[in-house]
Amino acid sequence: MPLVEIDRLTMRFGPVTAVDELSLHADAGEVLALLGPNGAGKTTTVETLEGFRTPTSGTVRVAGLDPVADHDAVMAHLGVMLQSCRLYSAIKPREAVRLFASYYRRPLDPVALLERVGLHQRAGVAWRKLSGGEQQRVALALALVGRPEVVVLDEPTAGLDVEGRLLVRRIVAELRAEGVCVLLTSHELDEVEKLADRVAIIDRGCLRAVGTPADLAAAVHRPEIRFRAPASLDRAALATHLGAVVDEPEPGTFVVALEPTPATVARLTSWLADRDVALSGLSTGVASLEDVFLRLTADAPTPATDQEDAP
Amino acid sequence: MNALWAQTRNEVVLSLRQSEQLLVALGIPILLLVFLSQVDLLPSSTDRPIDGLAPAMLALAVMSSSMVSLGIGTGFERHYGVLKRLGVTPLGRPRLLGAKVMATFGTEVVQVLSLSVVALLLGWQPNWRPGLLGLAVLLGTATFAGLGLLLAGTLSGPANLAACNGLYLVLLLFGGIAVPASELPGPVGTVAWCLPTGALVEVMRAATTAAQPVGRALVVLAVWAVVTPFAAASTFRWSPSS
Repeated sequence: MPLVEIDRLTMRFGPVTAVDELSLHADAGEVLALLGPNGAGKTTTVETLEGFRTPTSGTVRVAGLDPVADHDAVMAHLGVMLQSCRLYSAIKPREAVRLFASYYRRPLDPVALLERVGLHQRAGVAWRKLSGGEQQRVALALALVGRPEVVVLDEPTAGLDVEGRLLVRRIVAELRAEGVCVLLTSHELDEVEKLADRVAIIDRGCLRAVGTPADLAAAVHRPEIRFRAPASLDRAALATHLGAVVDEPEPGTFVVALEPTPATVARLTSWLADRDVALSGLSTGVASLEDVFLRLTADAPTPATDQEDAP
Repeated sequence: MNALWAQTRNEVVLSLRQSEQLLVALGIPILLLVFLSQVDLLPSSTDRPIDGLAPAMLALAVMSSSMVSLGIGTGFERHYGVLKRLGVTPLGRPRLLGAKVMATFGTEVVQVLSLSVVALLLGWQPNWRPGLLGLAVLLGTATFAGLGLLLAGTLSGPANLAACNGLYLVLLLFGGIAVPASELPGPVGTVAWCLPTGALVEVMRAATTAAQPVGRALVVLAVWAVVTPFAAASTFRWSPSS
């Protein structure tokens, strides 16, 4: 049984469909990343797992339980890092971790945990005097203190410095090794590539693709030769000459759907040379996760805010 | 440590760390008690103003800890998303609420003790009726905690802060605390009688003096003690955004 199961989840807020028929699952010892632009529905999705929102339709299960109906039981299995964690302004990290430890049956040792997230030097400083990165580390510690089977991290590296990012990466790897199921959201591709076993690309509430970073790149890999030339280029003639489709995604940029072998590149350049066409920026492509992402989320509107705002 | 105790301890420790909380809970009632008993500012029908003043300040103390401290504290926890974070732990609402109730009662015990000591030093000669005193604290706390949480659970943080403090001041001046309801002019006095403060002062007075009919005030207070927690429970939103 998967520890996290999302089955045809739909979330509507009035006329807005924030999540549309989304199905995903994640198992023990697996790191699943929800990747998508701001406003894609990532936070709305994880908030249904956290029991904050009741699905409009579809079901979500954490450790086989309904986060709304079996709220208290689910919380015993779940460790959460919210997108923006705020605590009592006067509480100290040491007190916060001890307090949260008291909520769980078999908590981790608070002192060792603070050391693990690199906060032992700052354990006695009031929350409001901690830096943003230090507050993130407290939030991470609070997500782990109850020895959860499922950890949900909403934008865990947002606003963290390099050291903090390395810490998150190390802890996620440790959790995976301990057999914890980790679900994280991010809009940062390189982070996701480093953190996740599987990536689910979400855009405007829909699941566009899911797989390992390598699988996803391979799936959209289409051989191509890309070059820049004057927009007056006779595309039809070139296509006939090469026996392949020639696209012009933007004026002056041309994409030939051919495997970029030396022979095909030579045929292209000699055709251009015959016509004395100025050539610039010749490149051949192997898809990266970024290409996949950009291709799948092509005409997404750009929201003005940084945060994902569900109404 | 047990979650309920840990949470109660947390509520107490954090409120002790806020000096404005101490000021509202202890400073203002004691200051007013001393000031009003020494300065012949207010009309008084009895020869011993302290006997009327002490129970009024006990009522004020209950209002300050259960409405102002609890309401403002909870309002900001909600506003800043602390309640949201607690919502994804196994603590649960009953234990969170239980911890707040216990912390409030704890504060009130300290308030009653210290106000009583100061009043005794000022010449107060109370005639304790412990059962009635306990009932007054209980009903008063339910009423004002209900009011504070009603505001905290529906208004934004800053608006809640203003509303709690404003209501505190209005009830202090016109609710039968600073000036007894019986000595407020005509209709204002009648309104004060129906307010929870006026009723609580009456019950407190009965609980600390020899004999006084208390039936009507007790009924008024009991009605408030049911209405405001119910209103708070049915309108409270744990997170401003959801």
